Amino acid sequence: MSKKDDKASSFSRREFLKISGVAASVPLIVGPTVVKIEGQEVAVHGPGAVPVKLNVNGRTFSADLEPRVTLLDALRENFDITGPKRVCDRGECGACTVLIDDRLVYSCTTLAIEAQGKQIVTAEGLGSGQPHPVQTAFVNNDAQQCGFCTPGLTVATKAFLEKHPHATDEEIAHGIGGNLCRCGTYRGIHGVVAQMTGREPKGNAGTTMVAERAAKSVKGDA
Amino acid sequence: MPDQYSWPPPEERTYIGRRMGRVDGLAKSTGHAKYTYDYNPKGLLYGAFVRSPYAHARITSIDINAAEKMPGVKAIEIVQKQGSEVHWAGDEIVAIAAVDESALRDAVRAVKVEYEQLPHLVIDSKEPPRNLPPDTSPLSGDDLEDMFDNQVPANQMIKEIKERGISFKPEEAPLDEMPANIVAALKSAPQKPPQQKSASWYKPAAAETQGDPDAAFKAADTVISEGVYGIPVIAHCCLESHGSVSEWTDKDHLLVHASTQFISGIPGQMGDELKIPASNIRAVQENIGGGFGSKFGPDRWGIFSAKLSKKADGAPVKMMLARDEELEVAGCRPSAYARVRVAAKKDGTLTGWDSFGWGTGGPGGGGSPPIPYLIRDRLPNYRTQWTAVVNNIGPARAWRAPNHPQACLITMAALDDLAAKLGMNPLEFFNKNVDLTGPRANIFRDEFAVADDLMGWSKRWHQRGDKTAGSIKQGLGLSMHTWGGRGHQSECDLTIQPDGSVTIKMGTQDLGTGTRTAIMAVAADTLGLSPQQITLLYGDTRYPMSGGSGGSTTIGGVSSTTRRAAVDARDALFAKVAPALGSTPDQLEAVKGQVRAKGGSSKALSWKEACAKIGAVPINAHGKNLGGRDPLMNSGVGGVQMADVSVDIETGIVKINKMVAVQDCGLVVVPETAESQCYGALIMGISYALYEEKIMDPTTGLMLNPNMEFYRLAGIGDIGELVVHMMVNKYDSRGVIGLGEPPVISPGAAISNAVANAIGVRVPTLPLTPARVLAAMEESQKGAA
Repeated sequence: MSKKDDKASSFSRREFLKISGVAASVPLIVGPTVVKIEGQEVAVHGPGAVPVKLNVNGRTFSADLEPRVTLLDALRENFDITGPKRVCDRGECGACTVLIDDRLVYSCTTLAIEAQGKQIVTAEGLGSGQPHPVQTAFVNNDAQQCGFCTPGLTVATKAFLEKHPHATDEEIAHGIGGNLCRCGTYRGIHGVVAQMTGREPKGNAGTTMVAERAAKSVKGDA
Repeated sequence: MPDQYSWPPPEERTYIGRRMGRVDGLAKSTGHAKYTYDYNPKGLLYGAFVRSPYAHARITSIDINAAEKMPGVKAIEIVQKQGSEVHWAGDEIVAIAAVDESALRDAVRAVKVEYEQLPHLVIDSKEPPRNLPPDTSPLSGDDLEDMFDNQVPANQMIKEIKERGISFKPEEAPLDEMPANIVAALKSAPQKPPQQKSASWYKPAAAETQGDPDAAFKAADTVISEGVYGIPVIAHCCLESHGSVSEWTDKDHLLVHASTQFISGIPGQMGDELKIPASNIRAVQENIGGGFGSKFGPDRWGIFSAKLSKKADGAPVKMMLARDEELEVAGCRPSAYARVRVAAKKDGTLTGWDSFGWGTGGPGGGGSPPIPYLIRDRLPNYRTQWTAVVNNIGPARAWRAPNHPQACLITMAALDDLAAKLGMNPLEFFNKNVDLTGPRANIFRDEFAVADDLMGWSKRWHQRGDKTAGSIKQGLGLSMHTWGGRGHQSECDLTIQPDGSVTIKMGTQDLGTGTRTAIMAVAADTLGLSPQQITLLYGDTRYPMSGGSGGSTTIGGVSSTTRRAAVDARDALFAKVAPALGSTPDQLEAVKGQVRAKGGSSKALSWKEACAKIGAVPINAHGKNLGGRDPLMNSGVGGVQMADVSVDIETGIVKINKMVAVQDCGLVVVPETAESQCYGALIMGISYALYEEKIMDPTTGLMLNPNMEFYRLAGIGDIGELVVHMMVNKYDSRGVIGLGEPPVISPGAAISNAVANAIGVRVPTLPLTPARVLAAMEESQKGAA
């Protein structure tokens, strides 16, 4: 992608409000239209479908998409990359979490055209050819039930651990708090973080588990 | 003849009861697991509904002309015709399919529907009038359907059928779907002419009485506690919304991908509506993103995705609900409120209960929770009254442990208040009265001891109202619960091929509870193989039928069926192999990938060598459990929970410090998924205790929080420390019992009781929001002034 297109992609609402004195009748054609904003020429996409090229998990995908199509919908509907889930569809639950240039984003509130020219990574591409250790840790700690929130959570947890190699409970609460789970798998995720950071298992990361407890023959249990 | 099937003794178990890891774990964590929502066949069309903007209205006109002409629109179907009455906002009026979601949304907006608005009611927390006459009109077919929808207990249904009579012919009802005792009651019910129903919002039921409650409350030396307790309507909020993808593979055959808890039941429920034989419908589901009781039927989205597909020449039509729709129309848990008086002797012996309760399940009114919970059969004196509030909040669906969390909160909070009035430690008070719970009293007693130990209750409990300085008050609360959980009917085919490969086919589904892992554990254990050597095919109506995953019935159903099939297949293999080993079939065992003579491994064949003796025709064993008579499974569990909370009395914010769940469920098949059920239930319980509520606007009749920002679920920072203890070993001999429902019953009560212990006053209604906490404290100060 050219730099010019990148600039168009970072087109913010504040800038949009400053558009003045430009004939804003945008014809229904493919490809960007150039408009003048405060003396500068800026490419505007749409409103019809425009060619979009995305790099996802190291592969290139192309499609003609309306500029209003979100990255999440492009991934799921056009490229059949369905690890990111559509749940709240407005940036509240984190089920659509992906990495863009190593930054965590909610793909439901990112436009597909904005993600062009960047490296997008979903749960499917988190490991290189095999499951990422975080994804294996999700299994070892049974940090999933129905699994619908899990792909987003594995991406979020991996990015969180890179930032917080010695994560505390408070850091977990904030750092992974943007991903919601309905089945209630958070205790297992504490276990994942403990395992990955080599933390002493305690509290929620501890193993008060069946076999161990049974062996201890706790009062009231045979 | 006694049944020859049993579970292997503990020392012979290699997978059952041991940690093995979820067999589908990596598929899920790497994002490769496919759900209904993820199914994107070629030529896919997208479907959606035009929905009612009013909570109660009559449709006066529908105009689809403009929408039909829009580019990309492929099919339109009217769901509810002109003249129909709509009973909740968001009800489906018109269904549309289009080539993409943008075109679809534009088309939905282009449909013009006009309504005559009717009076609505969406608020249910207000106490209904007391002296309304009970509804004695004969039951209509709709009444009966509502009772089933609202899970009215069978004995109560039979009572009403007998007393009120029916205004329809029994054979008009779908008798083959009903329990035999209800069918019998319908057939012998008095036949009466239909009666115009009163337009009241309230449907009072007759009072139920045992003993002499009035005398119990008047007796000398009696301490009486009074209070109002409540739990509002909440939503299921499945992360994978409800929905289906339907496609006609030819003009008579339908393939439907459904997000469902009952894959085997989908064809039967769709065939009638679509006017094709159920056997022409194939339903498929690989994974489901949550159900919690709300996904048993095909629903309108299932039926209309099929109708739209038919109109669009069989092209696949995907109808998945958007988040607001999911929260508005795809299920809510009935509310329950009650004004309670409860009496005990000064030594803490419970003597009487008197309650006036009400709640709504939407237009059907809602079933009455079993109050007083757990002690109803044995408490000497009680009177309970229940009034169903018929309103426009939306249709109720079964929500994990239907009616139990409500009954539990109302009962355990009232009993906890009584204990506080007596100045008794609740642990001592509940233990003192535990025999009132009946057959599981000993389990509860054992569990209280374990929970006491894990929570440090006896060392840390203080009288109501944390007297320490500062604004953060700490408190402990407890609760107890029960559930049936007997396995459902289930069948499977287990095939051993001459090359040694093993396949199991079962028309079940895995809700994330670990069903697949449990089937694998049982089969691997029985055949002496590792799970990797077995292929499990499930989630497809091409496989033998299995029951719906509701009411904690799946684990009993699938584990008993798998065990039976695996034992039969193994024994058939032994018969083929015995001559080669110079032994008899009954002297062989299958362990560690070998078939060998018992007692020593000198005479042994590898699994592959053994299977080579099968010959050309593979071994197939059909497993079918015996339903209620199956000795491999059982019913009836007990559980206790304790909560430790901190409450900031300046802000009203409640924080969970720790929760302890001690749970029995007979033989635990897969420990980690069983524990995950309990941890998950605690977290779901924290969510409904502190945050969840379907907030309705009384003026517009609309839900105010149909999104995940204001319909709040607990996050990872909200859960405190969670401890789960399964009562393994002691109760294993009872066989397998379901676990999905029970642990979600108690958290609301335990947390409410802990908050009362911390701040010294009862916050009457869940969720325990800052506003409610502060209001309750202010109220108590007014009372004291």
